[in-house]
Amino acid sequence: MKALIFIQTEDNKILRSCTESISGIQAVLNTADDSIDTLFLDSSVQGELETYEVNINHLITDIRKFNPLEYICIMESMISELSPDIIIFSHTYQTRDWAPRLSARLNIPFVSDCINIVKEEDGVLLTKQMYQGKVNADILAKSPVIVSFQSGAFRADEIKEGTSDTHEKSLNLNINTESIRPLDKFKESKGEVDLSSAEIIVSVGRGISKEEHMHLVKELSESLSAELGSSRPVVDYGWLPHERQVGSSGQVVSPKLYLAIGISGAIQHQVGMKGSDNIMAINKDPNAPIFEIADYGIVGDLFEIVPKLTELIKNHQS
Amino acid sequence: MKICVLIKQVPDKDSKIRINSDSKTIDSTNITNIINESDNYALEEALLLKEKHGGEVVVCTFGNESSNGIIKTALAKGADRGIFIINTKPHYIDILNVAKIITDNIKSEKFDIILSGLQSDDSGNCQLGLLIAEMLNTSHASLVMSTEMIDDSTIKVKQELESGWFQWTELNFPTSLTIQSGINTPRYAALRGIMMAKNKPVEKIELDISGYTPFLSLEKLYIPSKSKETQFINGAPEEIASTIVNILANEIKVL
Ligand SMILES: Cc1cc2nc3c(=O)[nH]c(=O)nc-3n(C[C@H](O)[C@H](O)[C@H](O)COP(=O)(O)OP(=O)(O)OC[C@H]3O[C@@H](n4cnc5c(N)ncnc54)[C@H](O)[C@@H]3O)c2cc1C
Ligand SMILES: Nc1ncnc2c1ncn2[C@@H]1O[C@H](COP(=O)(O)O)[C@@H](O)[C@H]1O
Repeated sequence: MKALIFIQTEDNKILRSCTESISGIQAVLNTADDSIDTLFLDSSVQGELETYEVNINHLITDIRKFNPLEYICIMESMISELSPDIIIFSHTYQTRDWAPRLSARLNIPFVSDCINIVKEEDGVLLTKQMYQGKVNADILAKSPVIVSFQSGAFRADEIKEGTSDTHEKSLNLNINTESIRPLDKFKESKGEVDLSSAEIIVSVGRGISKEEHMHLVKELSESLSAELGSSRPVVDYGWLPHERQVGSSGQVVSPKLYLAIGISGAIQHQVGMKGSDNIMAINKDPNAPIFEIADYGIVGDLFEIVPKLTELIKNHQS
Repeated sequence: MKICVLIKQVPDKDSKIRINSDSKTIDSTNITNIINESDNYALEEALLLKEKHGGEVVVCTFGNESSNGIIKTALAKGADRGIFIINTKPHYIDILNVAKIITDNIKSEKFDIILSGLQSDDSGNCQLGLLIAEMLNTSHASLVMSTEMIDDSTIKVKQELESGWFQWTELNFPTSLTIQSGINTPRYAALRGIMMAKNKPVEKIELDISGYTPFLSLEKLYIPSKSKETQFINGAPEEIASTIVNILANEIKVL
């Protein structure tokens, strides 16, 4: 089986999720008939790629800045040249902006955001999360197939080192990308709150259900001298400013205590807080994914527990 | 301006998800169905665009009979008409085929803008809007956080990128945008809207999916196993609270 891995880079470094993918695929494609190629566009990571045990790294040298239509053509051209059985991406924001279109163009299915892969007779068995992490699905795909992996699906530190060669190539693509015109990238001005240095974070999710209830978590947070954090919906509703959002599109935190209240623990939230020393979760649903990573779990109604807890903490301190 | 909003019915986030004994389907009893979260934001964005620049908002869903409910809700909020592609044999259909089915049934409409949610909360593919963009040969942008019309056939959108980066992108019509949550504040259906919705047209298409060859096969659904040993704290609320205080003071040592 032949794999082609697309390597995404940022600030002249390979994204960690891409190294994880190489590592994960090395573990699965490990017979003499298997081979793994990579495709990359940023020559500054060539040195690093050549230290991994893969077959060939393909460097495309004539690429301007990101345009989804152009990236699709690059991949299309390399896929027709190499005929891989599986085409692999990391489930990044950039992947979301062009890989699905590649799937439609090639009429090859794309199984996105997978957490596991097993080699089968004439294809692969892929595991992906559904229902926001509450259910796993095993999906059988015949090759060729496009797959993207969730960040953290594999361990980057288990990557097999070795040597590999790089083939440079210019594609001289002459495609019209006029219908999509990306302008410059920018960052929004940073908020005042830096949650990454907080010792305790009391974090609130949609389970709080109404803005009028927000005082419950604010009081708890004050009693612990903690910072208040939240999941995305709470910010989307305008109940807290964006600078308090934890997760893939918010801050990444690692406090001594992360107290998740009424948060289900979707993967986009987990990536922002799973590095916390201690995770405690209060949730009425015993199957909430947050309990998969919690050290301490309380299955119950936050409206009953939070006020009591605030009261006892205050008592304890006086 | 002709705008299409793709909406999908999904279980309410608080619904308890149970897997049927066939290991391939979800038990639909006791599940409250709602419109997928990001689709709700997509619908609001369409209504705002229409209010500002004129035009028509058409909502389209592909789903089983019960999906009628979300079409009604969307019409009550202000969409002008619906296209309801009814799946008479609901079972797992890969997203590439869903895209083909929807494309086949909307392409004659020649929409200027197709809005969809960034991701469906049940199957979570993050794909449909782009698959359709390719099939209809339109421009596209994913993870859209803001929109701004430039002229009659050009729109500028703000996209969310990796690690806190953003980008404005200009797009020619026709275009397909996938909408991220938080882009606006979705409205609720007012009573007047609910009354008016009754007279709005919904085109119902009974689909025979046998013409679409599956690309993927769903082997099994299961509840994920836990990766961490969780210490569960049980009891009445007072007992739980006092155990937590104890843990905070003596185990985690933050009190
Ligand atoms: C590209 C992208 C980026 C994203 N970025 C982020 C991000 O940075 N951060 C983020 O958080 N999310 C992010 N999300 C959204 C994410 O997928 C989830 O939708 C979100 O995290 C869910 O938030 P929640 O847990 O508060 O809500 P829900 O998933 O609705 O969970 C609410 C929980 O509250 C519980 N609950 C309800 N009532 C009670 C009660 N009375 N007592 C106790 N428990 C109760 C429920 O059982 C449920 O588990 C992103 C999504 C996408 C697609
Ligand atoms: N069956 C469907 N009918 C209508 N719209 C859909 C359907 N499935 C997905 N969508 C739309 O496509 C978006 C992305 O879905 P997905 O690619 O499954 O994550 C959703 O948020 C909806 O807007």
